[in-house]
Amino acid sequence: MAIAERPSPVLARSGGTALVTPSSSLGVFRRPVSSTGWRSWVFTVDHKKLGIMYGVAAFVFFIVGGCEALLIRLQLAAGSNKVLSASAYNQMFTMHATTMVFLFVMPMAAAFANYLLPLQIGARDVAFPRINAFGFWCFLFGGLFLNTAWFLGGAADTGWFAYAPNTSVAFSPSHGVDFWALGLQITGIASLTGAINLIVTVLNMRAPGMSLMKMPIFSWMVLVVQFLLLFAIPVITVALFLLTFQRNFGAAFFSVDKGADPLLWQHLFWIFGHPEVYILVLPSFGIVSEVLPVFSRKPLFGYKFVVFSGAAIGFLGWGVWAHHMFASGLGPVSVAVFSVATMAIALPTGVKIVNWTMTLWGGKLRFTTSMMFAIGLIIEFTIGGLSGVTHSVSPSDTQQTDTYYVVAHFHYVLFGGAVFGLFAGFYYWWPKVFGKMLSERIGKWNFWLMVIGMNLTFGPMHILGLQGQPRRMQIWTEFRAGDGFFNGAFWNLVSTIGAFILALGIFTFIVNVFLTYKKGEVTPGDPWDARSLEWMTDSPPKEHNFDSIPTVHALDEFFHRKYVEDEETGELTQVTNYAEIMAEMEAKADKNIHLPSPSYWPIVLAIALPIVAYGVIFNRLLAVFGAAVLLFAIFGWSLEPSVADASDYDPPADGDNGESTKELATLG
Amino acid sequence: MSIDHTIDPPDHAEVTQGVPAPVSEHEHGLTDMGYVKVAVILAVMTGLEVTLSYAGLPGNVFMPALLILMAAKFWTVVSYFMHLKFDNPIFTKLFYSGLFLALFVFTVVLLTFRFFDRS
Amino acid sequence: MADIATPTTPASEPDTTAAVALGTEPDIHGMEPTPGAHDDHGDAHGGGEHGHATSTGLSNNKLAMWMFLGSECLLFGGLISTYMLYRGRHEGSPSPSQLYNIPLTSVSSFVLLMSSLTMVLAVSAAQRHDDRNTTTWLTVTALLGATFVGAQVFEFTEFYHEGLGFTTNLFGSSFFTLTGFHGVHVTVGIIMLMALVGMINRGKIPGNKAEVVEMIGLYWHFVDIVWIIIFTLVYLIPS
Repeated sequence: MAIAERPSPVLARSGGTALVTPSSSLGVFRRPVSSTGWRSWVFTVDHKKLGIMYGVAAFVFFIVGGCEALLIRLQLAAGSNKVLSASAYNQMFTMHATTMVFLFVMPMAAAFANYLLPLQIGARDVAFPRINAFGFWCFLFGGLFLNTAWFLGGAADTGWFAYAPNTSVAFSPSHGVDFWALGLQITGIASLTGAINLIVTVLNMRAPGMSLMKMPIFSWMVLVVQFLLLFAIPVITVALFLLTFQRNFGAAFFSVDKGADPLLWQHLFWIFGHPEVYILVLPSFGIVSEVLPVFSRKPLFGYKFVVFSGAAIGFLGWGVWAHHMFASGLGPVSVAVFSVATMAIALPTGVKIVNWTMTLWGGKLRFTTSMMFAIGLIIEFTIGGLSGVTHSVSPSDTQQTDTYYVVAHFHYVLFGGAVFGLFAGFYYWWPKVFGKMLSERIGKWNFWLMVIGMNLTFGPMHILGLQGQPRRMQIWTEFRAGDGFFNGAFWNLVSTIGAFILALGIFTFIVNVFLTYKKGEVTPGDPWDARSLEWMTDSPPKEHNFDSIPTVHALDEFFHRKYVEDEETGELTQVTNYAEIMAEMEAKADKNIHLPSPSYWPIVLAIALPIVAYGVIFNRLLAVFGAAVLLFAIFGWSLEPSVADASDYDPPADGDNGESTKELATLG
Repeated sequence: MSIDHTIDPPDHAEVTQGVPAPVSEHEHGLTDMGYVKVAVILAVMTGLEVTLSYAGLPGNVFMPALLILMAAKFWTVVSYFMHLKFDNPIFTKLFYSGLFLALFVFTVVLLTFRFFDRS
Repeated sequence: MADIATPTTPASEPDTTAAVALGTEPDIHGMEPTPGAHDDHGDAHGGGEHGHATSTGLSNNKLAMWMFLGSECLLFGGLISTYMLYRGRHEGSPSPSQLYNIPLTSVSSFVLLMSSLTMVLAVSAAQRHDDRNTTTWLTVTALLGATFVGAQVFEFTEFYHEGLGFTTNLFGSSFFTLTGFHGVHVTVGIIMLMALVGMINRGKIPGNKAEVVEMIGLYWHFVDIVWIIIFTLVYLIPS
């Protein structure tokens, strides 16, 4: 590996005071240039590769979190069960929730956003490609760091919202909570950098003609989510930061014996935590709002209403956090205010449900797997939404707090809402990303197993909760299980069986992916007769996304290029097709396409963070070493131009299909 | 979420003419002498603050006075030194939405702790 | 100018013009708001000649920086509220009004405030492409910042000797966390300023120099306005 870059001719010409010479350059190593093999993934800054990596990593964490859920359900399958000890059970439900929220749904939404957002707005990458890569590695290393706690004395055991003073060393003596607090700070960096990056991308990198109100709805929802992240992440960072100082440096923030207010933690957590639930679900709303119009062959009903209700949810989401704390003695005024605010937020959500239903109404429906998941979301999310409204009534909420009823509610909104949306997205965009269709036949199995599984798992929890079964209780006894229809033993067993059916459904999906990879049919370019810009390129897209950047004239640009609507009858006439549009774009392909170049620094910078974190827990010297790596990486990063000098490339490999990096630079 | 339509992308035609939209590169803001004047005003306000804190005024005069001076100093730095006054309004919106959101949520938090009742 | 496309071919002559003429790629790569943000064109020409308009006409870096600062408001908001909630809980140590040395803190606040002036003069010089004045003012800014941090270290040791440690009570934990966190921000700012001076002197800033200086300036002013709030809420208003 050569030491330095060659002097940049540009710099020399424009009067830089010194040439960059190898000896004086901190600008360090030659950049990575491979376009194949593992290096092309590890050092990539391509938003599409990063999107895929986000997806794969998030799915692995999904399986981990799912196994934890199955263990929880096994323990609860029968009275006085002994599958898990109380301590193991506490760790299990804490890590299940943490994994699902922070390591599956959020990064999976990031996967979709990363991959699709630049394509949907007609850009060639995000605004800050290296920061994008850095975000991914922060998420991955943060997630791995969190899970190493299992092998280093036990994971966090305080529940995912980690109420004080349970998190004090006295009550949770293992290092689990340290891992939890530090790990989430690291993944928080991923979210924050990602948020800034994607907002700038949306604001600044839209294709010519694409005003915000012509932007695909998924991109809109992603934008709203990034604003929520931008402002919510710092709040949880403060909370986690205080917690780390409390546990590792002896600060007093949550020590009741020193007069602390444990409610401070609850406030900080839920100021973040409530926007967080919209962070989890809005991307799925966006996905569904893309899927439904395509398979109904109608434009999204009330696009503007969907946009503004999404923004309204994002806005109102900041004023409802204390409804998680109704039982904590806030006082009647606070409870009343937050109660009303919570009821108000049901309105924009209801607007969306209405809009989706109206999109279906009178459409030429095609019941593909993706469509079925989308419809499944409308139904299951509505159920979860309704039980959510019952929580906003504070007297009733006081009864439901910390019972299985709450567990039922948030699994309906998160599994029935967020996860169904993600699966709709998998089936819809799989051909876009991988060029092969997922099997519809297996897909139907996948869908029905998941629907049946989830309703069997989470449905009975309503009953159990109203009967008083508490959350986070490791054991229940036959003696107190109740009789008849309300017998807890029966419903607990049903729930456990449901969980395994659900798991089978997920397994079907994995089988589907595997079979598709082995022998799936190669997709036509536009398999669904789609509407938005991401379909107006190859599947999978070229590294530079578009041969020429399209000029946008309408919402659903791609559809409007293919079809012309008769003004009187409203009938659609096809005027051109995918192949012709592609040929036209290729014909006027851009001559000069500059893509950001791969870089070592994002991964080096990201790996420094868990080193510092391990150091904080185990050995301060290690933390110093980590900080040194961090500093080194920052300087390396700062001195490296975002696009490589030509001399950095190996001799062009003369790729036969436009794959070589060199060829990218001088395409056409 | 304050995004308005003024930030719609320029027409394609404009771009192809090779006339990039005026970017915020252009020198804007005050002259150096102007900045010094602003700094003098800031220094005076700081002096006033410190004087007030020693003046022993009753709380209902002293507190609002200090808070107003604080806000004025904050605004002056943000508007002049950070150029928000001369820059595109979108920067102002982005920054102040964070600021006012913080002000809102944390005021509510302190309210629930009855913080303002005591002092 | 976040969006200057840098040709990946060695000869830059045809590419720069061609890219403008085509003007079709919005912007592939932005720079990062780090001190060494880069892009391969000197700022001597104001960068205008290679411009690809962004959708808003605004620089990616500046948008990102302002969003980051907006987000930092919530971070400091949380820390300030924690302090406000806990400032009266000082069992086992002197109370805030007994501890605070208002004359000293007033002077150090003034120093930090004036560092904002020198920073803005540095930005102004950078926009005039006046490297010599830029580095001078940046150095002065860093020195003023260092004076502030020095005063803070002195203050912390004084407090410690008078019986207020980080772990003593809630007041101590929240005071040191808030002011310490701010101090770390100032220190990071000083490191960035020094690095910037070094990089300007050695001609290592490939990108739009004025914008890099402006970015660091925004960060520096933000640290200053946070202190404006802390000075009033923490020091001047007694609990």
